[in-house]
Amino acid sequence: MSSVDDWMTSLLGEEFNDRLARVPVNVGEAGVDPFGLDPQWAKYALASTAFLHRYYFRTEVYGAENVPSGRVLLIANHSGQVPIDGALIGASMFMDVEPPRFIRAMIEKWTQTLPFVSLLFTRVGQVVGVPENAQRLLEREEALLVFPEGARGIAKTFDRRYQLAEFGLGFMRLAIQTNTPIVPIAVIGGEEQYVSVANLGGLAKMLNMPAFPVIPQLLLPGGQLPLPTKYRITFGEPMHFQGDPDDDDAVMEEKVWLVRQTVQSMVNRGVKARKHVFW
Amino acid sequence: MTIANGKRTRQAAVRDGDGAVVITGICGRLGKGVARVLHRERKVIGVDRRPFLDKPKDIEHRQVDVRRKKLKDVFRAGKIDAVVHLGVMHDPRASAAEHHSWNVAAFVKLLEYVAQFQVPKLVVLSSANVYGPQPDNPQFLTEESPLLGGAAFSEIRDLIEVDMLAQSFFWKHPETETVILRPVHILGAVRNAASNYLRLDTVPTLLGFDPMVQVIHESDVVRAIQLALNGGVRGIFNVAGPDPLPLSRVIKIGGRPHLPVPYSIAKMFLHRMWSLRLSDFPVPELDHIRYVCMVDDARAREVLGFAPSMSVDETVRSVNADRW
Repeated sequence: MSSVDDWMTSLLGEEFNDRLARVPVNVGEAGVDPFGLDPQWAKYALASTAFLHRYYFRTEVYGAENVPSGRVLLIANHSGQVPIDGALIGASMFMDVEPPRFIRAMIEKWTQTLPFVSLLFTRVGQVVGVPENAQRLLEREEALLVFPEGARGIAKTFDRRYQLAEFGLGFMRLAIQTNTPIVPIAVIGGEEQYVSVANLGGLAKMLNMPAFPVIPQLLLPGGQLPLPTKYRITFGEPMHFQGDPDDDDAVMEEKVWLVRQTVQSMVNRGVKARKHVFW
Repeated sequence: MTIANGKRTRQAAVRDGDGAVVITGICGRLGKGVARVLHRERKVIGVDRRPFLDKPKDIEHRQVDVRRKKLKDVFRAGKIDAVVHLGVMHDPRASAAEHHSWNVAAFVKLLEYVAQFQVPKLVVLSSANVYGPQPDNPQFLTEESPLLGGAAFSEIRDLIEVDMLAQSFFWKHPETETVILRPVHILGAVRNAASNYLRLDTVPTLLGFDPMVQVIHESDVVRAIQLALNGGVRGIFNVAGPDPLPLSRVIKIGGRPHLPVPYSIAKMFLHRMWSLRLSDFPVPELDHIRYVCMVDDARAREVLGFAPSMSVDETVRSVNADRW
């Protein structure tokens, strides 16, 4: 146990332990928070994502100072076939943002029926994606990550890279209801980690999966690993919204459109500014 | 501590101070607990078909079946200030017909008398199990959440029906202050599924599952019932004990060895054990050690003024206490 910890420290530096000591967690007498987050588990999960963050994807983080210290909704573009973008945002919220934070994300409810998966997700701070949970987390001043594109976003084919899919409206109602600032996030680099040439919708439906991407690199030796693209994560300035959380969809759509445009233009600028996909 | 609370109880519910509190199912563990904290201050009438051994002298016990007409005599005999309904049967081996006649038909009769004799207070002990463990449950269920416990586990449908009957009584008879308590897993010397589970020599768990759970000590439930008797209190209250914790932590506190079993094998095995009568845990109860079924007890804390007095260690270890 302690040798694992030593190895972790040698890899990630004293700074990792220092940040771990400063991260605000709300644990009860049982050593876990009411949603089942266990800092002991989260430590190892963070260490492995921090390793990917620093060494594999060599993430560059911009605008970390834009993240407020209290409750916050992190709204990001979704990409890359597997949700590495979520893990890296989590790592940068811990490694680069001041004060360090554990992010919470919402997961599909069917994951709760899977042994080990449900346990792991719960212990590292993920919660079942129902509105009541989101509201409760924000009221506890947590940082909540939402990908409003959902599965439509993550399963984009390569020709549609960095073009945001439709946003859901739920996050806006939540933000207004709980008076939470929205921090728009642009993630660059995810679209090239797995190049998907097609999405077989019929087959996906048959298999009860949200999407069935065709990824040729999986057939190559070692191609199962994501390509080591360079990730760039940009945190935008917080956006505040007021109004009636139960307003018509049309009213919500206007507000959501503002957020979507902000993320899209941050993505566009990021793609234009980078010199190369891999460095 | 209990005395202090008992004094607070007096302020309103005992309007004239001379009416009695009727407790159904008084010979159960919780019934005795409630009777013990109330009998020094108020007149207590117990109703149970079981005999009340070691009964304090000032408690009047009617050994009648709640389903019988004789129950009405209790109401006719004198002024009743409150009815505390604890007489719900949870025997997993009893037939559905018996469950129904005992739990539902008898409760309908009881409600009839409460209305007819204009009893000012009715406290019904329901359970947080009426919500049911589900993979898509919010982490904390509020009192407004739908009662879906019967979806996978038909045996508890009559408990849901009791809860629903009490709810409709709440609306139909505003002159009676109806309180429905939905406590989480009650631990103690009681015989219920949760305590029996933790008393097993080797506690089986499901491999790869470790849901967050809430437990409450039986004496804290007694205190919640006492608080529910306060004048002016009405409505539905979730009642929870100390902070929620993972099931594995509960078992660790209990100090017994545990055995993780894959779900499919556990299900098959338990099914066989059940049909051979080697186990009294119905198969659908496995969902309680698989999914969350936790409640938001904010309303009980604010309106009832309830806070658990037992720590989680005391609560879990109480399952090994001797029965008195």
